[in-house]
Amino acid sequence: MITKLNVASIMVLNKEEALDFYVNKLGLEKGQDVKQGSYRWLTVRVPGDVTEISLEEPGPPVHDEATAAKLRELITKGALGGLVFKANDIRGLYETLKERGVTDFTQEPTDHFYGTDMGVRDPFGNAIRILQQGKVAEKAKA
Amino acid sequence: MSREVEDLNRRLLRARDAMDRAYAEQLDVRAVAAVAHISEAHFIRTFRAVFGETPHRYLQRRRVERSMFLLRETDRTVTDICFDVGFTSRGTFCRTFREVVGETPSSYRLGNGPMVAPNCYQMWATRPVVAAGEARRSSSFGDAAAATAS
Repeated sequence: MITKLNVASIMVLNKEEALDFYVNKLGLEKGQDVKQGSYRWLTVRVPGDVTEISLEEPGPPVHDEATAAKLRELITKGALGGLVFKANDIRGLYETLKERGVTDFTQEPTDHFYGTDMGVRDPFGNAIRILQQGKVAEKAKA
Repeated sequence: MSREVEDLNRRLLRARDAMDRAYAEQLDVRAVAAVAHISEAHFIRTFRAVFGETPHRYLQRRRVERSMFLLRETDRTVTDICFDVGFTSRGTFCRTFREVVGETPSSYRLGNGPMVAPNCYQMWATRPVVAAGEARRSSSFGDAAAATAS
């Protein structure tokens, strides 16, 4: 029986830039950062969580250059998958992200019967959704 | 070369996101093109090349998708919903809806109840696909675009 999602991966154009966004803007923490030859095993994760999100760049030896170029095209047109996170105080988070200079919101916090969610893109075009589950989230406290 | 493609894609995506955010407003194609930092003509051409449809068609289908959502989830009138999603005339809305969905807003409402999938997945995956041809007379950019064209 599978018991846990251990590593998920997301394609990015540049690991260093991705690390800055996911840690310094979005508020995740750095997980693994190991260099082996030319490969850098670099992950981020929700603080305190065990699931690692591996940041992967298209390119050799996994992809030949033509494939990597196609992947980069798909990433930047938002055609690849994304990530969905949960958060508490999503309206507060929205303000925090704006303060940190995030501008690429796809959706401001919006109430639904299942909770309040918002959307943002990483610098490369990947979609990130954030959900505060449950009854409609309270307005940000003053 | 590749970097240029990626940069252009990213900017076009940002403009597309702007339409997804502001579909309810009267959008001017020039303003949306400005989000991508390119001229109106270049924007329309490259958007179509990258996403497979013109910006105005993309926006029109987004508006229809949001109207379908409101027809399923709320009891607002068809006329209210028409204006909620950015159409400026009920006639245009009903004609476009029928053309895209294949039935009238009222009959769609009768046959469809709320969906369980979260809203973001609905927006992502349920924007209607059109079987019929591409050419349309009406512009989703509405009066603003018509005014600048004249």
